[in-house]
Amino acid sequence: MTGMTMVLADRVSKSFGANKVLRSISLSVDAGEVLCIVGPSGSGKSTFLRCINHLERVDAGRLSVEGQLVGYREKGGRLYELKPKEAAFQRREIGMVFQRFNLFPHLTAVENIIQAPMRVKRMSKAKATARAMELMERVGLGDKGDYYPAHLSGGQQQRVAIARALAMDPKLMLFDEPTSALDPELVGEVLDVMKGLAKSGMTMIVVTHEMGFAREVADSLVFMDGGVVVESGDPRQVLTAPQHGRTKAFLSKVL
Amino acid sequence: MLDPEEGEAIRAVPLRHPWRALIAVVLVLALAVFIVDAAQREDYGWAEVGKYIFDKRISQAALVTLQLTVYSMLIAITLGLLLAIMRLSPNPVVKSVAWLYLWIFRGTPVYVQLVFWGIVALIYPVLTLGVPFMTPWVTVPNDIFLNLFITAVIGLALNEAAYMSEIVRAGLLSVDEGQEEASKALAMSWGQTMRYIVVPQAMKIIIPPTGNEVISMLKTTSLVAAIPLSIDLYGVSRGISAVTFTPVPLLIVASIWYLLFTSVLMVGQHFIEKRFSRGTGRRKEDKPTAGGDPSAVVGSTAGDGPTTAALTNAPAGNDAGGKG
Repeated sequence: MTGMTMVLADRVSKSFGANKVLRSISLSVDAGEVLCIVGPSGSGKSTFLRCINHLERVDAGRLSVEGQLVGYREKGGRLYELKPKEAAFQRREIGMVFQRFNLFPHLTAVENIIQAPMRVKRMSKAKATARAMELMERVGLGDKGDYYPAHLSGGQQQRVAIARALAMDPKLMLFDEPTSALDPELVGEVLDVMKGLAKSGMTMIVVTHEMGFAREVADSLVFMDGGVVVESGDPRQVLTAPQHGRTKAFLSKVL
Repeated sequence: MLDPEEGEAIRAVPLRHPWRALIAVVLVLALAVFIVDAAQREDYGWAEVGKYIFDKRISQAALVTLQLTVYSMLIAITLGLLLAIMRLSPNPVVKSVAWLYLWIFRGTPVYVQLVFWGIVALIYPVLTLGVPFMTPWVTVPNDIFLNLFITAVIGLALNEAAYMSEIVRAGLLSVDEGQEEASKALAMSWGQTMRYIVVPQAMKIIIPPTGNEVISMLKTTSLVAAIPLSIDLYGVSRGISAVTFTPVPLLIVASIWYLLFTSVLMVGQHFIEKRFSRGTGRRKEDKPTAGGDPSAVVGSTAGDGPTTAALTNAPAGNDAGGKG
């Protein structure tokens, strides 16, 4: 399980107009590894995460998941853009959790979870529902299946969102500041679910401001600023003994 | 009797609203005077109203008006949805086509358009398919516009579609971008995202103005006289009054039927709105607050994590109940 490279970024760059958001990002994530990305807002962390499942397209460099180029096909030394259908197929194995949950408000928790398995994997409704109930149990919301998102707290909504992503049996989970929109007292319940997920061997890339979580759960930590990886390595080492001035300045503000 | 823990209950004199009552009384009196007066006025011809309200010709015409409304709205909503999606498409060709359609059909009066559809069979007596300026491959007579009812439906629908497309577009734009993104991240296709995620949420915004459009269409059907089609409610009422020389009673008859349909449509709209507002508003139960039961969570143990676990964890009595 370990040792296999799940995500490989090789000098990845991305601009929005004249604004260079990512500058030559290189990193790799092994299967089963938990990588935390930290850094000030506007540093490109979220954009990088969104590039991994092709919600944004990369301008330069190569980004691959499980050895497969994201969003493109390479043939005879040339890159061909993937059709929307093919891009969707690549996303099947990548789960994503958003800062603002993005649950579907017109559907109950369980209905939220069963959409993708039913529509994309053509799973039967009964089977998808049984699996959804299982996942709801797993995130500690076994009795909340019939609730609409508006009737759940932020922490509960985010846990449903995690269950929704897990329903597609992803090999890789991307978390985009999953606790940043939560009231402080609700952060713990979401982090607990994520910790459990990490323990179960899930490969995770987590953009977060929760340094405690990073220190405790992450296998490696990347500090980004201004679209570049400033420093990376063992989380305990980076957090306690940062080498770069920018890392030090950032950590002194958040720790 | 007083609970020492609680403050004294408030027993204040409620704010009085004398003007509301007074104005209401004045208005009711004015209305009563108007009704009594109207009942006695000969011009209204109430006997005639009673005679024609359930006249077979009138009820038949009312049915035609209803059919014109329903058919043209069904086409307009479908076409409007298509045009709205075209306007939002990333494809510039498709986008421009939708824009051009809107520009023409919203930019000219519906009356003028109806006159045009009424004579289009004269302008284009045959429809041809082939290479321009060569002998056409297929030639069919332009028969469809000889049926004035179908012409009316087409004319009304094409005009209305332009307005519907803007209503649908507003609805689609009102749905948070995060919804489309989340759906995309779940590997759903664009079509699935639209059908199962975006459009159902947009409905909440689309329905009230669409109800408005249906009611408006019910009355716009009276313009089919421009085609000229005269079998609708207004056309028939006018036809009868032209013979009997009693225009006012027949206007009242037509108005009563229009009002009846409008009232039924309003009730229908109420129920459709309820159906599509699921997931909004509050439930009866008190809103659940925090509550991660750590033991219920994936493989995590109660004592795990000195930093994060200590951060939160709701007090006992939380709602997660994962163990049960």
